[in-house]
Amino acid sequence: MNAMIDIRDVSKTFTLHNQGAAVIRVMDGAALTVDRGECVALTGASGAGKSTLMRMVYGNYLAASGSIMVGGVDVAQAEPREIIRLRRDVLGYVSQFLRVVPRVPTLEVVAEPLLAVGVDRDTAAERARELLTRLRIPERLWGLSPTTFSGGEQQRVNIARGFAHVYPALFLDEPTASLDATNRETVLTLIQEAKARGAAILGIFHDQEARDRVCDREIDVTRFTPGLAA
Amino acid sequence: MTRADPLLSVQGVAKYYGARIGCADVSFDLYPGEVMGIVGESGSGKSTLLNCLAGHLAPDRGQVLFDTRAEGLRDTVTMSEPERRMLGRTDWAYVHQHARDGLRMNVSAGGNVGERLMAVGARHYGEIRDSAEDWLGRVEIDTTRIDDRPTAFSGGMQQRLQIARNLVTGPRLVFMDEPTGGLDVSVQARLLDLLRGLVREMGLSAIIVTHDLAVVRLLADRLMVMKDGHVVEAGLTDQVLDDPQHAYTQLLVSSVLHV
Repeated sequence: MNAMIDIRDVSKTFTLHNQGAAVIRVMDGAALTVDRGECVALTGASGAGKSTLMRMVYGNYLAASGSIMVGGVDVAQAEPREIIRLRRDVLGYVSQFLRVVPRVPTLEVVAEPLLAVGVDRDTAAERARELLTRLRIPERLWGLSPTTFSGGEQQRVNIARGFAHVYPALFLDEPTASLDATNRETVLTLIQEAKARGAAILGIFHDQEARDRVCDREIDVTRFTPGLAA
Repeated sequence: MTRADPLLSVQGVAKYYGARIGCADVSFDLYPGEVMGIVGESGSGKSTLLNCLAGHLAPDRGQVLFDTRAEGLRDTVTMSEPERRMLGRTDWAYVHQHARDGLRMNVSAGGNVGERLMAVGARHYGEIRDSAEDWLGRVEIDTTRIDDRPTAFSGGMQQRLQIARNLVTGPRLVFMDEPTGGLDVSVQARLLDLLRGLVREMGLSAIIVTHDLAVVRLLADRLMVMKDGHVVEAGLTDQVLDDPQHAYTQLLVSSVLHV
């Protein structure tokens, strides 16, 4: 069976037109695969390109060359609507920061990915309540917009949202940062459950112990970093 | 792989004002359920383009093909004026920046919503009033205000009333010209939330012209960036905003103040 995520020979440059058209080559020959049920950690010092690589695989950054296959779609070549569909059905992304429309209640924020794939309102709300409960967001906050929540609460809402739909592939950017021990434990359990149901997970974890618990392999992105900026 | 036909297919549209370019060489396909943003500074041609697409201006070149219910793809540029006007009352909606351009200011709120229903043949007074009430509720206007004229409404309420008037006939494609322009930030957020919900629930396709990048980030799946009448960059909204390729887009994105 093909890997869920298969990245080959990916490179990335940034051209800064308004700063003397400087061309910065940030990645070369990036390659990796993630199988179903596997969790792979991207490692490397800050600035090595972990987030850049993850953003390219999500279609948020354009790759300069190479192929990025996720669930049969080449993200490096796909039309916007194919990437939109991929993100809705196949590929979830728990970013470090929650970005929501002001005024939308927390329960709705968490249920939204389920509504987008056609799950009925009651089932979606039930799943959202279950995740918010597990992540210890007090029920009295569910009807409020998460924009005013503390950093840790926002992150847990973000995680609940990311785990609401059973995505076949999942990206996690520092999922345990700024969480207390109990909530960290819950998140690690959620990751293990996702693996057990066959999700392919790619993540950035600065938390070494968390990495050891849930990750099967580590890939140091430093080896994809060009030695000198051209 | 979804292989649905586009709802709107724009091919080589150009509009000139004498020797000056309004917009030129614009081509794109919009698929059902997609929301596309068009950004650019004043004078970039984005409003000219929107007016050409919505049939308010006749382009000098190009085709605007719309997937009509009866006959499939038809060029709206060459169809007859009555046919185009019919589309404007049924499958298309146009939300103006200034609500007073899209409302009848001397007619009650309920009348404004009901009028569009009557334009497509509704005649039963009770049903029209029920629909109007339902839509006022959906855009969060207190239904006790149904007999008030829009002149007695705040700017945000007028804009929500304009949206109700436009969506009551169940259009498939909505054109919006700076829908949140001129409104307080808090009112904008409420309107954006409302629009997002309606777009999803009704499966609407929409084209939104704005100069506000935060608006497109929240509402649009896809983005087109215009400068001097030409499309300089297009793609997935977050990709264009987070990894802009064109010099002008880079300038536009880096000019936004973060709060």
